[in-house]
Amino acid sequence: MEEDIEKIREETKRWNRDCLGKHTFRKSETDWGLEIKPLYTVDDIRDINYLEEIGFPGEYPFTRAPHPSMYLGKLWTMRQYSGYGSAEETNKRYKYLLEQGQTGLSVAFDLPTQIGYDSDHPLSQGEVGKVGVAVDSLADMETIFNGLPLDKLSTSMTINAPAAILLAMYLAVAEKQRIATEKLNGTIQNDILKEYTVRGTYIFPVGPSLRLITDIFEYCSKHVPKWNTINVAGYHMREAGATAVQEIAFTFADAIEYVNAGIKAGLRVDDFAPRISWIFNTHNNFFEEVAKYRAARRLWAKIMKERFGASDPRSWMFRFHTQTAGSALTAQQPLNNVVRVAFQTLAAILGGAQSLASCSFDEALALPTEDSVRLSLRTQQIIAHEIGVTDTVDPMGGSFYIESLTRKMEEKIIDYINRIDELGGAAAAIEKGYIQQEIQESAYRYQKEVESGKKVVVGVNSYQVEEPLPKGLLKVDPKVGAIQIKKLKELKVARDNQKVESTLLALRKTAEGNTNLMPPILEAVKAYATLGEICGLLREVFGEYEGTSAI
Amino acid sequence: MNQDRRIRVLVAKPGLDGHDRGAKVIARALRDSGMEVIYTGIRQTPEQIVDAALQEDVDALLLSILSGAHGFLFPRIMEILKEKGLGDILVLGGGIIPEDDVPELKKLGISEIFGPGMSSQTLINYIRENLSQG
Amino acid sequence: MELVDEVRKGSVRALAKLITFVENEMPGGVEAMEKIYPFTGNAYIIGITGPPGAGKSTLTDRITKELRSQNYTVGIIAIDPTSPFTGGALLGDRVRMQGVSSDDNVFIRSMATRGSLGGLSRATSDTVKILDAYGKDYIIVETVGVGQDEVDIVRTADVSILVVMPGGGDDIQAIKAGIMEIGDIFVVNKADRDGADRLVTEIKMMLGLSSTEREWTPPIIKTVATEDQGIGTLVEKIKEHREFLVKSGTLAYRRKERIRTEIIKIVEHEIYRYMDGLIAENKDLFEQRLESIINKKEDPYLLAKQVIEIIAKRISRNTSV
Repeated sequence: MEEDIEKIREETKRWNRDCLGKHTFRKSETDWGLEIKPLYTVDDIRDINYLEEIGFPGEYPFTRAPHPSMYLGKLWTMRQYSGYGSAEETNKRYKYLLEQGQTGLSVAFDLPTQIGYDSDHPLSQGEVGKVGVAVDSLADMETIFNGLPLDKLSTSMTINAPAAILLAMYLAVAEKQRIATEKLNGTIQNDILKEYTVRGTYIFPVGPSLRLITDIFEYCSKHVPKWNTINVAGYHMREAGATAVQEIAFTFADAIEYVNAGIKAGLRVDDFAPRISWIFNTHNNFFEEVAKYRAARRLWAKIMKERFGASDPRSWMFRFHTQTAGSALTAQQPLNNVVRVAFQTLAAILGGAQSLASCSFDEALALPTEDSVRLSLRTQQIIAHEIGVTDTVDPMGGSFYIESLTRKMEEKIIDYINRIDELGGAAAAIEKGYIQQEIQESAYRYQKEVESGKKVVVGVNSYQVEEPLPKGLLKVDPKVGAIQIKKLKELKVARDNQKVESTLLALRKTAEGNTNLMPPILEAVKAYATLGEICGLLREVFGEYEGTSAI
Repeated sequence: MNQDRRIRVLVAKPGLDGHDRGAKVIARALRDSGMEVIYTGIRQTPEQIVDAALQEDVDALLLSILSGAHGFLFPRIMEILKEKGLGDILVLGGGIIPEDDVPELKKLGISEIFGPGMSSQTLINYIRENLSQG
Repeated sequence: MELVDEVRKGSVRALAKLITFVENEMPGGVEAMEKIYPFTGNAYIIGITGPPGAGKSTLTDRITKELRSQNYTVGIIAIDPTSPFTGGALLGDRVRMQGVSSDDNVFIRSMATRGSLGGLSRATSDTVKILDAYGKDYIIVETVGVGQDEVDIVRTADVSILVVMPGGGDDIQAIKAGIMEIGDIFVVNKADRDGADRLVTEIKMMLGLSSTEREWTPPIIKTVATEDQGIGTLVEKIKEHREFLVKSGTLAYRRKERIRTEIIKIVEHEIYRYMDGLIAENKDLFEQRLESIINKKEDPYLLAKQVIEIIAKRISRNTSV
């Protein structure tokens, strides 16, 4: 074998010199600076130890897959990110998607909900129901899940700063449906660090925010054991301009910070680490995306085992949700996005996703319509059932290019994590502006490459056509704000206001102390205290994070 | 005109939307074209934005919104700008703004709306041309 | 100059416009400043400097809030560097001044250094005067202490505050590099971090080592600006220092020195402008002469002398500076 490799190396040199060398060809490199060779051979993976580095599906270090049978055993969860306008409209959209074969729900909340303001807050004007559904109280949550049995669903909620409150509302809905919380499946995003860096829906300063997160870890480990208590997010960093390597590196750095916080709060790592889940962004560069997920699986397993000493194999396992890249969609010739989404979806599957949302082709213009969202769900179903990529586990494994790229990405990710460790961890690196700066540099470089034509974006900087105005886009009912405000007024008359006050007082006491916040939040939510009232109170006690979105 | 005159631009993110990749990329591109760019940060109220435009005496105001709240926020900003006597500032919008909404926004006095995929050079040229005319 | 009258009547719009006018050195700018000058001298000027990332903007925000709570009006000049390559600048200090940016009694102006020799000092001191004449009680000038111009600006304030933070190994280097002497008050910001006490000790030692006899011993204040810690004490110290300046007569002396420096700066800057224009007009000739100087056919002193003679002639023809 060794002799073979020497021979192959010699032959590769010869081929490069005498064969390829006689032709002119394009040189390419990754966004993060790796020169991509014209040809990869077995020589490029000669120093990768198969058993240690690649191994078998479902076994450490999980490079090939987190589960042994993968899609032969169970397909990924098809989970489109959706929600808009009122709770009623959102409930209708969910029922439609489930009828169409979707297998999980993913709730998009509007910005006031994400920042802890009720629909009648002055800062909510113009924003109610726009980028997601408006939730002011448990009453809205009851409507969203009306007729949807929570024990038969898994629900992901993109909620961060007020995650504890929305989770409490979900638990309260389950109680009304007479479903034990032990049976509930799902995720809250609950990832505040990336809100500070790229997404902006923060409320509280770092300290209290981390307390809310670890309180959720603790509460769920006892009462909602199947719930994924955090969904560490690289998606938004990528949307903000991060490279694939930065996406994984910064997300892992954030996750390391959360694990440290959990340990510092007195939890055992194996009690909460298995409930860490992820959301990433599957972008255009097909092979790079596949390699990215393989590198991430391997590295996370090593981090958990070696750095944190986790001993439960479920703590080592990197299971992820991914959504195709919204920022890769173009407003120009929107139908081209159907093709982009299909390839990104395929890359996610070949990368081994557990759960997947595919964007809709009209999303660079507006929220998706019923038809466009169905088409992107159909894209997933076609890949699942028609083209044979789910017939064996990790069909990309062993490709010279893929394995070599996986290794290179892993090395680059480790470099970044080391750098962030030197800066004192993710929270410190964010405070110093390091992570933001790195992402902005990448975003700016990308923009310059598009504008100079170095990067071709079909329909945007090349192959342009004159286009008519797009038709049939979804418009959120402009009356939704007024309707929410009316509902709030009625709620505040109908509820037992004494009970609201007493539960809020109890919450304030807990917030000022240091016991777990989940139980008093749950009581306040059940009394129909509003999201704005609860967050308002916590704002008074905890203070607010100050944005440092400097350039 | 004095050779030291620099174009001053305020790049602002009104509303609750935290997606500022575009705003920041644009701010840097304008800086690299020789302009002085003041960036407000995210989650700004219309009042804060107009106050900044007033105090900084900017030639142009760039507003970026991706959340769909432009229907409320843009008219509000234009209203306060006029109240404070700043009707002569060149106001431009960007982000995700449906074409259908553009005529209404232009009626308010917003000079142009730049959608996704616009090159920063287009914007730079637009600002230069429209300021030298005014 | 109508703008000046409008400024005196309290128009914020005119205030902003007048600053632009003098900053851009528009014709008539000097006349405007002549008209402004009699109304100056009432505001108290605070200079804040320190290395990047020390938290100067947040500190400025909090000092302003504290001053506002005591009913003083405040003007802020936040200075950021101009890119030497493009001439553009990104001015992002407002982001960290959200706490006061919508207070009608606070006026924040971002300024770029613009790179011309002495130009920054001149534009800043003009802006200070305009804010003073407008009626601001306190004027805070905030700048990264990197260039000579920036240091000069802070030096001419009534009180100079030097901000450092623990953990940035460069801070002490920066202090050693020469801005140590200008500090009337030292602030160790982000004092909740490891190394704050050590930094305080180091500053103390350095102050002890400095050879100048001091009537005023610069206090070292620990703050956590983001958490509002230490701000009250800092503002008290600013006032204490003011009392000291007034009682000891140092304030009058400082202001006299400031005007002295300012006159020199104005003259320097004006001459520089003539020189810059002259060289620009005769670019080719200048390059030729440069060549022959390099080839030792000429010497630089002769050329300099000739340049000065031409400038002198031009100035005498054009008496309005």
